Amino acid sequence: MSLLFKNVKELVRDIDEFINTVEQGVLVFKEGVINYLNDEKTSFAEKLERINYLEANADKLQRKIDDEFLMHSILPQNISDIENMLDKIDEIIDISKDNLYQFEVEIPYFPEEIVQDYIRLTNTSVEAALHAFPAVRTFFREPLKVKDILTKVFFYEKEADRISRNIKRKLFHEMDELQLSQKIHLRYFALHIETISDKAETLADMLSIMALKINL
Amino acid sequence: MIILFYLSSGLFLGWSLGANDAANIFGTAVGSRMVRFKKAAVIASIFVIIGAVVQGAGASETLGKLGNISTLAAAFTVALSAALSVYWMTRMKLPVSTSQAIVGAIIGWNFYTNNPTDIGTLTKIVTTWISGPLLGGVFAILLFMLVKRVQKKVSLHLLYRDAIIRYGLLLVGGFGAYSLGANNIANVMGVFTGSVNLPVIDLGFATFNSTEQLFFIGGVAIAIGIITYSKRVMETVGNTLMPLTPEAAIVVVLAQSLVLFIFSSQTLSDAFQSIGLPPIPLVPVSSSQIVIGAIIGIGLYKGGKEIKFNILGSISLGWLATPIVAGLVSFFLLFFVNNVFKKDVGANENSPVQEIVMKIDSIAESAIKDDTISLVKEKQDITVENTVSEKPSVSTKKPVDIPMVVFGSLSFLLLLLVIWFTIKIRKNKQKQNRLLQNLENKYSLKIENFEISLEDYKVKQNDLDKELKFRQSEMVTMAMNIIQKNEFLSSLKSEIIEIKSSVKDPEARQAFNRLSLMISQNLSIDRDREKFQMHINEQNSNFLRILSEKYPSITENEKRLTVLLRLNLSSKEIASILNISPKSVEMNRYRLRKKLKVSPKVNLSDFIRDL
Repeated sequence: MSLLFKNVKELVRDIDEFINTVEQGVLVFKEGVINYLNDEKTSFAEKLERINYLEANADKLQRKIDDEFLMHSILPQNISDIENMLDKIDEIIDISKDNLYQFEVEIPYFPEEIVQDYIRLTNTSVEAALHAFPAVRTFFREPLKVKDILTKVFFYEKEADRISRNIKRKLFHEMDELQLSQKIHLRYFALHIETISDKAETLADMLSIMALKINL
Repeated sequence: MIILFYLSSGLFLGWSLGANDAANIFGTAVGSRMVRFKKAAVIASIFVIIGAVVQGAGASETLGKLGNISTLAAAFTVALSAALSVYWMTRMKLPVSTSQAIVGAIIGWNFYTNNPTDIGTLTKIVTTWISGPLLGGVFAILLFMLVKRVQKKVSLHLLYRDAIIRYGLLLVGGFGAYSLGANNIANVMGVFTGSVNLPVIDLGFATFNSTEQLFFIGGVAIAIGIITYSKRVMETVGNTLMPLTPEAAIVVVLAQSLVLFIFSSQTLSDAFQSIGLPPIPLVPVSSSQIVIGAIIGIGLYKGGKEIKFNILGSISLGWLATPIVAGLVSFFLLFFVNNVFKKDVGANENSPVQEIVMKIDSIAESAIKDDTISLVKEKQDITVENTVSEKPSVSTKKPVDIPMVVFGSLSFLLLLLVIWFTIKIRKNKQKQNRLLQNLENKYSLKIENFEISLEDYKVKQNDLDKELKFRQSEMVTMAMNIIQKNEFLSSLKSEIIEIKSSVKDPEARQAFNRLSLMISQNLSIDRDREKFQMHINEQNSNFLRILSEKYPSITENEKRLTVLLRLNLSSKEIASILNISPKSVEMNRYRLRKKLKVSPKVNLSDFIRDL
């Protein structure tokens, strides 16, 4: 029996590993941003290296999973949806890596009084993504339960939006000591961090439709 | 070698059965790419042969009871009649079944040879034609309920579920092929068992008698049909016949296999008898009709909304038309083989047709004899006409069997009717083709004219596009102006309120109040937006009407967004006009995309403009 399901077992393991890799990537992103904000340069460099490795690994796994699906014509009726979903998951780690590199390249200056806000934004935005991954795992095992899990993703996405808005307001209304160029620069970093939750929301939307479709 | 020639009609029937009926077993699996064709063909071929050799005797015996065809020529003709009827009716796009064709052809042989048709056996067979699809439907409902219950209780990883379904389709397909071979081999080789006697083959571990060898050959013919031609049927007909989910496909194939198995298993029939139940009739039944019964069963379980009940009419038509056509073809072919090729088709001496033939022969013989005598005796006064005129006097001596003549005439008339119908259809087609040709000629000139005017229109279209772009930008500017004006007035008003609070002079305060009021009157954001909306609605009234007709569930907000997207505005511009965030516009666009069912690959604005 185990021989019959050997390929399936491997593919299930690959999918789980892929999700785990992206999840780790998002966590590394979070730690990396916090390291940067706390001026922990060595740790930040380590995080950059780590996310680079994880992103490459995720790409490799995604290609392997894609090949397996196509080669053995697995779930032929849902293959395009599943491939799209894998793309969306991969986008999260891609954007996390890109964003972390933005910190390294642009070296933005964060005044002391706004650092905590950015940490909160990072935590909330990452939280949205972290709640999307269990939903992906549940989609493969119990599609009916996906919707319940996704509510948290939508909640954290909205929260991230709100925090980001507050940061921008604070930057432009309260922090007169900063130059306009600095304000705009920091505004962009709020946007970069917020994108993680936006991507998680896109994935969640897709998952909810796929769960409905698969239960028809 | 001569035996092989005679078997050729049965082998052709087997080939066509394999080519068509394998789609009932593996159609959905192959069509939905759950199982590769090669794998399906190998499994189906192996199991069809095993089923035919191991369990094919029961149904074949019943056919033997209906008409024990004793000569090779007759068996060849009967199988050929069934094959030709199936081929002709398939070409005419009429519902047809090999099982029913062979039964009709055997009855045709009975009529021709004056062998009695066992009404009991015939009733048994006809009953299974009706009970087969019914049983298929019942089995499908029960199995579908079971599958749904199991699915609810067991939560499996999607990939494991997919693998189980895949193996399930192969397993059930194998069983289906076995049952198909066991049940339908009687159609292919059943008529030959009484006339072909092959020497027993002893392989040491097993012996194969003549019938088993025949069934093996028939099974191979079915397998060749599966390998050579069923792929096309599976990928086209197989999919259209059963647009089912893989789970439902398993249920349908299993229900079909069970019914075919039940109607061909001697052991099961004996078991029924041993517990005091009536024996199961072992009869070849139509696998396609059982499949239709099973699909209708699942449809009924789901609420009956998707069922096409007209398919029931086509089954009933198949029940009637197939045996009649096959019977008639068989009757006339036997007549031809018997009297033109002078082959023994097992006709009884007292067969009415034989009697007629013998009478005609004797008339002809006596005529020749008379001629000879008259020539020998050189009696010139007796003419050929005179000898011919004697014919009625001969026939009056032995009266022809009236019911047989009536049957023959009716059959002949029916055949004429069928031929007339075919010719009429062909003529109609030719007429339609001519009409089409005329229309094409007539309109080709018009098309040329249209092409010229199309060029003019293209030039005009370009002008209109330019104007449209101008108007779009005008509208956006208008909207932007509204918003900017409102923003300016709002800030002016708050400035005035601030100044007013610092001024103590009552006259000045009153003046400030008047000023604030004037601004408030002008600052009616909603009213301005409404105006703008009205303006847009007027310009796009036709488009909005089409949109509402095509997508009745579309909301007012979505309509507004659609119109703005049609104007080719960016999300940012739309956000300013609707006073929402660009992200909300994105979300709304996403929802609109879902509602309009636009694929992610298609650009939403392009899709809306093409509506």
